[in-house]
Amino acid sequence: MPLLEARHITKTYTLGDIAVNALNDVSLAIEKGEFIAVMGPSGSGKSTFMNILGCLDRPTSGQYLMEDIDVARMNRDELASVRNKKIGFVFQGFNLLSRTSAVENVELPMLYDGLSSKERRQRASAALAKVGLSGREDHHPNQLSGGQQQRVAIARALVNKAPIILADEPTGNLDSKTSIEIMELMVELNSAEGITVILVTHEKDIAEFSKRQIFFRDGVVVSDGATVKA
Amino acid sequence: MINVPATIRISLRALRVNKMRSGLTMLGIIIGVGAVISMLAVGTGARQRISEQISSIGSNLIMVLPGSTTSGGVRMGAGTQQTLSVGDADAIQKECSAVSFVAPVYGGIAQVVFGSQNWSTGVTGTTANMLHVRDWALTAGRPFTDEEVRSAAKVCLLGQTVADNLFGAINPVGQVIRIKKVPFTVIGLLESKGQSPNGQDQDDTIYVPVSTAQKQLFGTQFPGMIRTIMVKARSADELSAAERQINGLLRQRHHLGQKQEDDFTVRNLTQMMQAAAESTKVMTLLLGAIASVSLLVGGIGIMNIMLVSVTERTREIGIRMAIGAKTWDIRLQFIVEALTLSLIGGLTGIIFGITGSEILSAIAGWPTSVSPLAILLAFGFSGLVGIFFGFYPAYKASLLDPIEALRYE
Repeated sequence: MPLLEARHITKTYTLGDIAVNALNDVSLAIEKGEFIAVMGPSGSGKSTFMNILGCLDRPTSGQYLMEDIDVARMNRDELASVRNKKIGFVFQGFNLLSRTSAVENVELPMLYDGLSSKERRQRASAALAKVGLSGREDHHPNQLSGGQQQRVAIARALVNKAPIILADEPTGNLDSKTSIEIMELMVELNSAEGITVILVTHEKDIAEFSKRQIFFRDGVVVSDGATVKA
Repeated sequence: MINVPATIRISLRALRVNKMRSGLTMLGIIIGVGAVISMLAVGTGARQRISEQISSIGSNLIMVLPGSTTSGGVRMGAGTQQTLSVGDADAIQKECSAVSFVAPVYGGIAQVVFGSQNWSTGVTGTTANMLHVRDWALTAGRPFTDEEVRSAAKVCLLGQTVADNLFGAINPVGQVIRIKKVPFTVIGLLESKGQSPNGQDQDDTIYVPVSTAQKQLFGTQFPGMIRTIMVKARSADELSAAERQINGLLRQRHHLGQKQEDDFTVRNLTQMMQAAAESTKVMTLLLGAIASVSLLVGGIGIMNIMLVSVTERTREIGIRMAIGAKTWDIRLQFIVEALTLSLIGGLTGIIFGITGSEILSAIAGWPTSVSPLAILLAFGFSGLVGIFFGFYPAYKASLLDPIEALRYE
């Protein structure tokens, strides 16, 4: 049983009279512990695919199985609950809450999971320690560098023990040295914790950290295979 | 599961971030609640003063006045004809079952002198029953005895104002004053009652036995005639029965035929006062209603600011949704925010309202009374306003598309 499985997923947007297929009959399976880079030019459908994988969006047709459960037909609140427990998001723009300390940002997913404040604080501190930010719990995002902010975001993705991390161009706003540090952290989480990492990027050298690369073009998968190290 | 304490903390933080804006939004509610409370305080105060005055003239009171005379087709005012007698008063006391006490009134204005002090005041001839009719207690001394009334004894009871003006610090009981140059012994001091509903000083009075007033002070061409009869009914329910009985009895005693008009007037003072109280109740409601409009406007202010806040924080909402916030997590966050604005505004408004009504009564001299009910009402209403006007923005926030919201700049 694959961890995630997309079966004949199609996503159609209607712009006025024209229907555009952002995804056209995409089928693929992702096993637990994989490290995947999703690539493709803009408009290729990779973002739409990631939104569906992240349960932020529902396909127009087709099935999306997460641990054999079809989440494509779930309602808003059920999807929110799946996102909360199964998926950690890392965004290009970090998407931390400003005016909120690092540790409180990391606590956020647990807030919606109904954990006690004591346990929240404990787990958030541990997650921050794991990404190398011990002692910065009370710093606010504007007091942290870009790399540190992205680490906070990764800690937030980890804290609910989600088996999947979805990273949308996680190094897009970072310099190359910091990018490598962030990617090494991802690799470590993948190998040491067995977390499945799926990242969207258009940078080849970033994609080379992955084990498998999927290329999209015009809403279909054009290539899917193991990463060839340069 | 919704984490309420954490949601409240999130909301409080959001409000702290925009202190100026939160403060101005609250101001709408503060003014609204303050206005409701102080307006109700003015209304309640007016009503309380009236009911105090009603009880100060005595409860369940009926006044019987003589009829008017007609002289060459010109009708004179009520009381110009002397048709009531002490006998009428006695008969009412004896025969009307709905009546508890009856007191005759015969008096006038007289100059009173004690030592080097003198004072002009109303001197009322009556009986000891007057104290029961008016619910009037003595602070010192004793009331008239029946014997003193029968024998036209030269004794008197002083109102507080008269005592103050004539005696100052001296204890008046046992002293002798001169009313129209006739010496009277002061046997008692009436408790202070303050103003009557029509603004008269009720303490500016002297009570003497009715017989003494007739014989020694205000001689009459018709012996035994009196000005007024004051009657106290047994209870508020028996007021109209008492009125009917008095009417019937007096018509009979005055030998009035079927077609003859009454030569007296029976007036129910309590009912008149209650009508006045009723009108202040209407005034209170009116003031409260007008003030509520400002509370409503305050609520609209909250809604306005919450809508702006939702738009500004679209991205934050997107992040929260992506991380797992459900519909009601988001809704509650914004409702609690609106509720916090309105409740803090409400609490501050209560303080403002109380101070405002204190200031009103200090400066304008209006009687005000802040009732706990008004406070509760205004506070509850401000909470409702918060929930009501916070719901739409919260609803709007909860319906945002997380993908769109995350992309929002």
